[in-house]
Amino acid sequence: MVYALVHILVFPGLLFLMAFGLFAEWVDRKMYARFQNRMGPPWFQPLADILKLFGKESIIPEEVEPRMFRLLPLVALASSLTAFIYIPVWGTKALFSFNGDVIVVLYLLTIPTLTFFLAGWYSLCPFSLLGATRTLTQLFAYEVPLFVSILSSAFLADTWSLSEIAAFYSKHPGYWLFNLIGFLIGVFSLLGKLEKAPLDIPEAETEVVAGSFTEYSGNLFAFFRLAINVEMIVGASLLAAVFLPFGLSLGPVAGFIFYLAKVLFVVILLSLSHAIFARIRIDQMVNLCWKFVAPLGFAQLVLNMIIKGTLLS
Amino acid sequence: MRKPGKMLKLALGSAGKKPATVPYPYKKLAMPDRFRGKIAADSAKCIGCKLCMRDCPSAAITINKVGEKRFEVEIDLGKCIYCAQCCDSCNKGVLSITPEYELAQLDKKKFKVIYPNAGSPEDTPKEP
Amino acid sequence: MGKVFIPIGPQHPALKEPASFRILLEGEKVIEANVRLGYNHRGVEKACEERSYLQDMYLLERVCGICSHSHSTCFIQAVEEVAGLEIPPRANYIRTVVAELERIHSHLLWLGVAGHEVGFDSLFMYVWRDREIVMDLLAKISGNRVNYGMNTIGGVRRDISPGLYPEILKAMDVLEERTKYYIQIATGEMSFIKRLSNVGRLSKEDVETMCIVGPTGRASGVPRDVRRDDPYAAYGDLSFKVITDDHCDVYGRAVVRVLELMEAYSMVRQLIKNMPEGPIVVKAPRKIPAGEAVSRYEAPRGEDVHYVRSNGTEKPERVKVRAPTLANLQAMKKMLENYYLADIPIVIAAIDPCFSCTDRTIEVNRLEKGTTELMSWDALRAYSIDWYARQGIQLKGIRL
Repeated sequence: MVYALVHILVFPGLLFLMAFGLFAEWVDRKMYARFQNRMGPPWFQPLADILKLFGKESIIPEEVEPRMFRLLPLVALASSLTAFIYIPVWGTKALFSFNGDVIVVLYLLTIPTLTFFLAGWYSLCPFSLLGATRTLTQLFAYEVPLFVSILSSAFLADTWSLSEIAAFYSKHPGYWLFNLIGFLIGVFSLLGKLEKAPLDIPEAETEVVAGSFTEYSGNLFAFFRLAINVEMIVGASLLAAVFLPFGLSLGPVAGFIFYLAKVLFVVILLSLSHAIFARIRIDQMVNLCWKFVAPLGFAQLVLNMIIKGTLLS
Repeated sequence: MRKPGKMLKLALGSAGKKPATVPYPYKKLAMPDRFRGKIAADSAKCIGCKLCMRDCPSAAITINKVGEKRFEVEIDLGKCIYCAQCCDSCNKGVLSITPEYELAQLDKKKFKVIYPNAGSPEDTPKEP
Repeated sequence: MGKVFIPIGPQHPALKEPASFRILLEGEKVIEANVRLGYNHRGVEKACEERSYLQDMYLLERVCGICSHSHSTCFIQAVEEVAGLEIPPRANYIRTVVAELERIHSHLLWLGVAGHEVGFDSLFMYVWRDREIVMDLLAKISGNRVNYGMNTIGGVRRDISPGLYPEILKAMDVLEERTKYYIQIATGEMSFIKRLSNVGRLSKEDVETMCIVGPTGRASGVPRDVRRDDPYAAYGDLSFKVITDDHCDVYGRAVVRVLELMEAYSMVRQLIKNMPEGPIVVKAPRKIPAGEAVSRYEAPRGEDVHYVRSNGTEKPERVKVRAPTLANLQAMKKMLENYYLADIPIVIAAIDPCFSCTDRTIEVNRLEKGTTELMSWDALRAYSIDWYARQGIQLKGIRL
């Protein structure tokens, strides 16, 4: 019981995730700056930002319902933290696992997006309403490719449990190379989920000021930012667990370092996409996803079906 | 040729190079010699023709009489637009341009800079 | 979602200067757009009437930071025409060198801002890093990075010493190579092109009906350029192409500006090679004789028109400034409607707006009476003092 509490609250739970989230945000911002030939922030910048936001007043507009306004950032943070307990960090065993936890993790990762939409809807400001509708439109576009790519990898492993997927791939080394298309689709969809460029349409600064977060300030905004950071770690860990499952049987310390390297690799890929692409328009994004990315995802699924039929029977 | 991600090579290449940012204020760039910063004055040469006052676009420079045929120059750094027209208008070479540009102050009174006439000792020097 | 009124401005991250665009949106589509100006009105034209010509030159230079040399040169040319002064050729060449360097810095600034408005911040950072080369060069020539103060009545104030020529030519070489890379990015990066194409369309007939000037008009195939149509300064001696493009949209405007950069490099090289010797200034009187003159100038944004009327004293009687952005703003309504919300920032940025140059008058709409009137200076002053008194605010230190 005590072990479970320590696992959930300290490592690899609440404190570790928040610290790693702040570190990953720093890596993202520093690499983004370096790709643009600038210096970038010092290592304590994300922590300083969160502390500064906690020190500021949280202004709630008069006509807004205060309970929902205050509750939504906490729901976002809570659901992204909860999704992490099913993801294997090192070795092939997560904290808790059961058959079907892949679906649970994906649904828990959708809840923050819904809270962004509700936050924008309850803010009653035209910019927030626009940002909120864009968040949902984007969700409908990237959700199908994300699900299909992750489920195609699970399909090859013939199980719906993340720990067993990791166990399958470490028993068959080299099979993860079949899922590379899925990996790229997964990175693309993660860009959409985290609202990072080129898919930062709901938060486009030059169009809708700050989208759903326009009216948020102070500690409520800090919780939203922490939620996005933790979501980045959880999403990157999910991609690392499903698509890059090598080196899992190397023992705790080496395995943990491998895990950190894999997550930071995904984060640097996200930062590189931020640097080299312009922001696309929402109608172009929906077109792109449904005409190009979703068929690629289905192609990956069909490929995995063929491989499963020929190699594994 | 149209393809996405054309900036990839430049972005990856820059990640290894030194950044182009100058870490001011730890390292300051030198200004070119003609740079128009704060205006300095040698009040001993001033003859009080007030041509500079006539030509100043923002009435930042004032010539005060402090004695018989002796004048001193007072410049308001807050009003000055650093165009150096006064330096061009002066025929006696009283005013000159310095490259000093870090002139921010918290106290507005400190903007009025007086260049005392370094001559007779009975004039009390005023605090710049 | 129904129809929503969105205020883009006066304060908005998309705008660099305050202006108000009231947009009626249905979902993401713009149904109606209304433009309101006047937030940057500073009373420059009135202030010019109370200062001498030399002081006015510095005042008009600060109408805008990016096209400061344009306003100053245009005004000085009008004054010199009224006074009947013939300025030496070396002064004309120096004015033109600074003018082309200013065009280079303005177009590089525009390219960065366009990248920022569509979310392509990397282009913004790289282009502005290279713009520093031009700014440092201008600081070496004139003494300041903006608001150069090169002109004076009768010529220029500072000379370009021959020791600077190799440095200027080297800077042009470096910038030309970097600009070629940016042309590749601007015409090759798919996400950038997709944001700029088919947005803010203006056909050739629209340009001629609405009198659009500058690169905005030249991108629709109308070859109108004051440097060729009505040469001033040293442009009569230079050989250059007037860049036009047939795309008629924001992408065309980007292409026109980037190709104009290449032309500007070649023009600066020609000017440095053929720089005549001689004096740089002729003596100008303080009292300009009575008369009036109109002077035109091709600023980086388009055609800049100044009108000066003098009555024989030291101070001008009337100075009127018509900035190029005022001509281009007529087309904003047509360019914004029936496009998406996401296109608004880039369409506004594509005409390269400089609202500081533009605001000249305030129109007072009396909503309760339903009439429109123009208030004179004294009436406006009395109105504001009266308003503060009614609020109970004591005004100290002003002449009542």
